[in-house]
Amino acid sequence: MKVSYYPGCTLKTKAKNLEDAAVASMAALGVDFEELTRWNCCGAVHSLADDDLIHQVAPVRDLVRAMEQGSDKVVTLCSMCYNTLARANLLMRQDEVKRKTINDFMNEEKDYHGEVEVLHFLNFLRDQVGWDTVRNAVKVPLNGLKVAMYYGCTLMRPRNVAIEPIGDTRIMGEFLEAIGAAPVDFPEATTCCGSYQILANPEAAHDVSGRILESAIRAGAEAMVLSCPLCEFNLSKKQPEVLKKNKISREVPVYYFTQLLAMALGLGQEACRFDLNSECSVELLKNKNFPV
Amino acid sequence: MPIEISEKTIKRDFIDKVIKLSGQDINLCFQCGTCGGACPMSDKVDTVPRRIMRMAQLGMEEALEEVKSYWMCASCHSCTVNCPRGLDIAKVMEALRLLTLRKNVNMFEPSSLDAETMRDLPQIAMVSCFRKLTS
Repeated sequence: MKVSYYPGCTLKTKAKNLEDAAVASMAALGVDFEELTRWNCCGAVHSLADDDLIHQVAPVRDLVRAMEQGSDKVVTLCSMCYNTLARANLLMRQDEVKRKTINDFMNEEKDYHGEVEVLHFLNFLRDQVGWDTVRNAVKVPLNGLKVAMYYGCTLMRPRNVAIEPIGDTRIMGEFLEAIGAAPVDFPEATTCCGSYQILANPEAAHDVSGRILESAIRAGAEAMVLSCPLCEFNLSKKQPEVLKKNKISREVPVYYFTQLLAMALGLGQEACRFDLNSECSVELLKNKNFPV
Repeated sequence: MPIEISEKTIKRDFIDKVIKLSGQDINLCFQCGTCGGACPMSDKVDTVPRRIMRMAQLGMEEALEEVKSYWMCASCHSCTVNCPRGLDIAKVMEALRLLTLRKNVNMFEPSSLDAETMRDLPQIAMVSCFRKLTS
């Protein structure tokens, strides 16, 4: 089995902490994980209009690259890339007419019929690596760290690409338990953070982000874990504005799930990249005597 | 304010366009309002999705052009996964956006972003915003 890795644009620039931690963790777990030698932006969002096939070309090209690499699976870390690639893949598997149109349009490429499976890294960890393997490789168990599991939208919706059935989500909790942390479920775990409305309607985005942070605090979380760079931007980078607008008095440290994995595996700062997180995120780990 | 609804006011071609673009049979909506209950923006929008669906069923093209709600939609699909009629409401919102955007109208101006904002923004924020709100 060969597994391709699709990083996406943001992981190479603004979310190096999401990527570096994942790549180092995979190496530490002894998993063969090959980045696509050539890839393009997936388009970030799935085209919802029935007549808009041109925007499916970008994600399908990435899937063709994975097929050319001889892989039967392509793994992504960014939630938005996961959603866009997985939905384009479903379209190519299920819609014969649109598949033919797209394949005819990309006549310089090999025909694609959905041969590659699109996986989010969490599913890959659970199904291909296994929680026991992760548990056995942990060198620094994150004992006593109460972490809110924030899934957001694109890992969970729509149903046909949800990484787990809606209403029965356990994967983030299983992951946190495997690395020794205490998962905290909270009511707004799958509520939208405002997404790209942070640009067009920032006040509205701050409101929904505030609701999410407040809900996590009320549930007893000390920190929050997530897998989407846009959620991270809205909930962490923009947190000072969100806290002020919503009159929330406590800061919430936010991490990518891969960073906690890398720390639990005993990997150093060059892997964990906490230097790219907020100050309070680093403070909390220092206070807990974790190696940062 | 009373609204006149008659065969004269109902824009059949508009209804057809919404159905064709979204791929959804909007007449299935029976006005339960579950979509609005699930929408994270419902307390901020001028028109909840249930009302938008009714206006679309009645072909109220001009009135819908005045609605701002679907420009505040973040395509989170909460309405879609909760609809008891199985309607993909996010697709209907997209169809309404496209009927405006395809007239070469921008609802967000990329050039309004200053260098400092751009420096911190994740690429996916810009790409998704431009995809959803520009022509």
